[in-house]
Amino acid sequence: MAKLRVATTSLAGCFGCHMSFLDIDERLFSLVEAVEFDRSPLTDIKRCGPCDIGIVEGGVCNAENVHVLREFRRNCRILVAIGACAINGGVPAMRNNIDLWDCFQEVYQYEGGTEGRVVPNDPELPLPFDKVHPIYEVVKVDYFLPGCPPPADAIWRLLTDLAAGREPRLDYTMLHYD
Amino acid sequence: MSGNAISIDGVAVAFEPGQTIMQAAEAAGVYIPHLCHHPEFAPHGSCKLCTVKVNGRNGASCTVGAQPGMVVENNTAELNDGRRALTQMLFVEGNHFCPFCERSGNCQLQAVAYFLNMTSPHFEHFYPPREVDASHPEVLLDRNRCILCELCVRASREVDGKNVFGIAGRGIQARLVVNSHSGRLGDTGLAATDKAVQVCPVGAIIRKGTAFRVPVGKRLYDQAPISEVGTHVTGQGHGKT
Ligand code: SF4
Ligand code: SF4
Ligand code: FES
Repeated sequence: MAKLRVATTSLAGCFGCHMSFLDIDERLFSLVEAVEFDRSPLTDIKRCGPCDIGIVEGGVCNAENVHVLREFRRNCRILVAIGACAINGGVPAMRNNIDLWDCFQEVYQYEGGTEGRVVPNDPELPLPFDKVHPIYEVVKVDYFLPGCPPPADAIWRLLTDLAAGREPRLDYTMLHYD
Repeated sequence: MSGNAISIDGVAVAFEPGQTIMQAAEAAGVYIPHLCHHPEFAPHGSCKLCTVKVNGRNGASCTVGAQPGMVVENNTAELNDGRRALTQMLFVEGNHFCPFCERSGNCQLQAVAYFLNMTSPHFEHFYPPREVDASHPEVLLDRNRCILCELCVRASREVDGKNVFGIAGRGIQARLVVNSHSGRLGDTGLAATDKAVQVCPVGAIIRKGTAFRVPVGKRLYDQAPISEVGTHVTGQGHGKT
């Protein structure tokens, strides 16, 4: 059987979902038998090619997030949102009712800010949005796995169900929002 | 079916004259999802989560009186789909960030969402600006999580005799207001032990200094769904009432 191609990325997230993914422990060995990774922080491949499954952690907080997300949607047959941030903005969306400039001043200029107290303004830096959004407000998402992060068992269940062509089914304890 | 009985999903459920469908169901241990209903208060009929089919027509089971021979559909895919959509709307109309909410694991909105297998809020988020009121020494009011069920309003007026809370505005402008000259909770006679503090089904009214005492995994809805555990938790998940 041909290996499934899987891509993963972290947008406006903390990599906690990826850490939880790695928490499937020794099941990683069976996973690499069945799966080949495309673009992912695990491979360091920079561009996503055609894939069976794309896994997105994190919401959309800047222009680069949108480019990556669209690249994933274009290339992945099944797109999965994992974690609270991808699904409702999560912790980064706490800033949604705070003025963006106030956030910048707090982080870079006030006490404990960066050296020289300047707000970084390099053209290489992606343009931040005034609000953080869940990924399904930008592209169509096929499956959602909530949790902050989702438990490793839930990630494993979702992947094995999808790999087997089954509709994913979570046990009661696998579905939580925190 | 004889005498005072209705059928809910094909099962006969007896009722006392004057009871609503919700009351009869609760007495018989049949779970109908709900948020604004509380057995100690008069029906409010606002969240519509308890919508059932009564003789083929939709009705809020917390407000419809039981009548002999009524045929009620409750736990059906169609009704639960509608309930899930309502629940999703409640999520996007507020700011519900469960990972850092003190009520997470003991919250009825979250528990109903789990029961309905809600994996995403589906609709576009409003991210409405809502005020937090931390002026009271023992009670925190976080309007980001208020679902306008009016339970605190009813409890404060009817049980505590204080009339601390009210709902002002209509539609999307509706918001929970505090009845004091400053509009702040610290300037009311609210006590942490008031019924109004205990009835909030979500993390909008929180007793300070009580949060995060129960570890994840041991909270009310961590292991079993609200349909089994029950709903009427006192304030901070100290048990059922
Ligand atoms: S009130 Fe309930 S649903 Fe809202 S953030 Fe808190 S735990 Fe989540
Ligand atoms: S504060 Fe709580 S009890 Fe009061 S209306 Fe809002 S959700 Fe209901
Ligand atoms: S519980 Fe019946 S309308 Fe809210």
